[in-house]
Amino acid sequence: MSTLVLLTLTGLGLGALYFLIASGLSLIFGLADVLNFAHGLFLGVGAYATWWAATYAPFGVAVAVGVLAGTILAVAVELALIRPLYARPIQQVLVTVGLSAAGVALLQAGWGADPLTFTKPGWTATTTRVLGAAVPNDRFLLIGAAVAVFAALLLFLRRTRYGLIVRAGVEDRAMVTALGIDVRKAFTVVFAIGGAAAALAGALAATYFGSITPGLGGSLLIFAFIVVVIGGMGSLTGCALAAVLVGLVQQFANYYAAAGVGEASVVLLLAVVLLVRPGGLTGRTAT
Amino acid sequence: MSDAQRSEPDSTADLLQIQDLHVRIGGSHILQGVSFAVPGSGVTALLGRNGAGKTTTLRAVLGLVPRTGTVVFDGEDVSGRRPYEIVRRGIGYAPEDRGVFGGLTVAENLRLAERDPSPRYDLVYELFPELRTRAKQAAGTLSGGQQQMVAIGRALLNDNRMLLVDEPTKGLAPKIVTEVAEVLERAAATVPILLVEQNLALVRRLTDRAVLIAEGRVAYTGTLSDDPERLQELLGVSRV
Repeated sequence: MSTLVLLTLTGLGLGALYFLIASGLSLIFGLADVLNFAHGLFLGVGAYATWWAATYAPFGVAVAVGVLAGTILAVAVELALIRPLYARPIQQVLVTVGLSAAGVALLQAGWGADPLTFTKPGWTATTTRVLGAAVPNDRFLLIGAAVAVFAALLLFLRRTRYGLIVRAGVEDRAMVTALGIDVRKAFTVVFAIGGAAAALAGALAATYFGSITPGLGGSLLIFAFIVVVIGGMGSLTGCALAAVLVGLVQQFANYYAAAGVGEASVVLLLAVVLLVRPGGLTGRTAT
Repeated sequence: MSDAQRSEPDSTADLLQIQDLHVRIGGSHILQGVSFAVPGSGVTALLGRNGAGKTTTLRAVLGLVPRTGTVVFDGEDVSGRRPYEIVRRGIGYAPEDRGVFGGLTVAENLRLAERDPSPRYDLVYELFPELRTRAKQAAGTLSGGQQQMVAIGRALLNDNRMLLVDEPTKGLAPKIVTEVAEVLERAAATVPILLVEQNLALVRRLTDRAVLIAEGRVAYTGTLSDDPERLQELLGVSRV
């Protein structure tokens, strides 16, 4: 029983991490049709900025610094590199892939390829007993952060003017423009949101893994893309469901089968979902 | 064909002028030099067979498709402007497929279209009381007629200087067609409309002024009653 509880909460924690990365990817793809391969870089920059700030400031402040760094980077990337290429999707993909590779190389040049140790802050270094299982508290931090971000994003989408534009734009971007709305401003907004959430994921991944490497974003990004596809490109709720599903499948398969089977099972899950429901778990709506 | 093009009305009173509009999409040359003008009052019908380029013409005016040529709105050349900038000059657009956002509620669809500081909800709700009672319903679950009301309502919400309305009665029940016609008639009293419509009886009820497009070119500009036989031939219908 305690193993089951531990596996479930760890799976949910991993799912939370995936959700933080995938939610931004999904909104960016849903609205702007951009496959953002540079998303892992936003995560990496968030993680390194948090790691850097954590030597000077308490954990909360360090995370805020990391999130700010990721947000600024994401907005800069959208304005300078993605925006001039909206009519050219292939060049856009090439730019984000190239940026991702260059960014990882820069992180490596600055801080080395070896993992940097990230000291788990106070409470997250301890465990809590849940139904007999000693669960590391960082799981709760991850799950709590993802739930908070999910709720905040739903509020944003349902209650704000920009949220309304994003939801409409995911359905029919041209029609939003035909109503006299400059939809490109909304593109920048979703990049900012995506960058912030990915950077938060970077800070939390640093806590969860206890170390950071330049390639951290890239390896998590693969699973985040799978989550986006399973969830139905562009749907936030679908993204949350898919993230939980992928996190749990990965944990359980890795434990009960063999290490590595988890990752393979996720790809299998993707194949099954695509066969049964080609549009993903939910349709093309932002919420 | 070029004879017809020369019979354009005096351009000084025209609110919208289109000159030599070309649209090429995916290798096919859809509009091949369309030129006509829309006066600043009443309804101008844009006619033609299926695939003639009527919808593309409206989309090209707004810049929603890549185009060359000149579009002048109210004396200003807007050819190089982006679609949202052209629309903000005061154009309301109700597209062919209605362009309603199915995942948004009726109220949200209208709210999204708000451009003016005081949108005319009183007018829209007076014309379409159902939009008020169904405010919280997802627009995707509405009937075709109700969705058309949302589409036209969005265009009427702002104080537009021109409306582009594309096949508003397509696929609607006869009773709803009459309702839509009444609304257009009323709207046309205050704002000029460029109307694409296949229902000729309805067009006749609203206007006598028409531009006819055939195979990507303007084939006729003038009145519907002028040359019924030629219209009949160009539209490929038995009775005009």
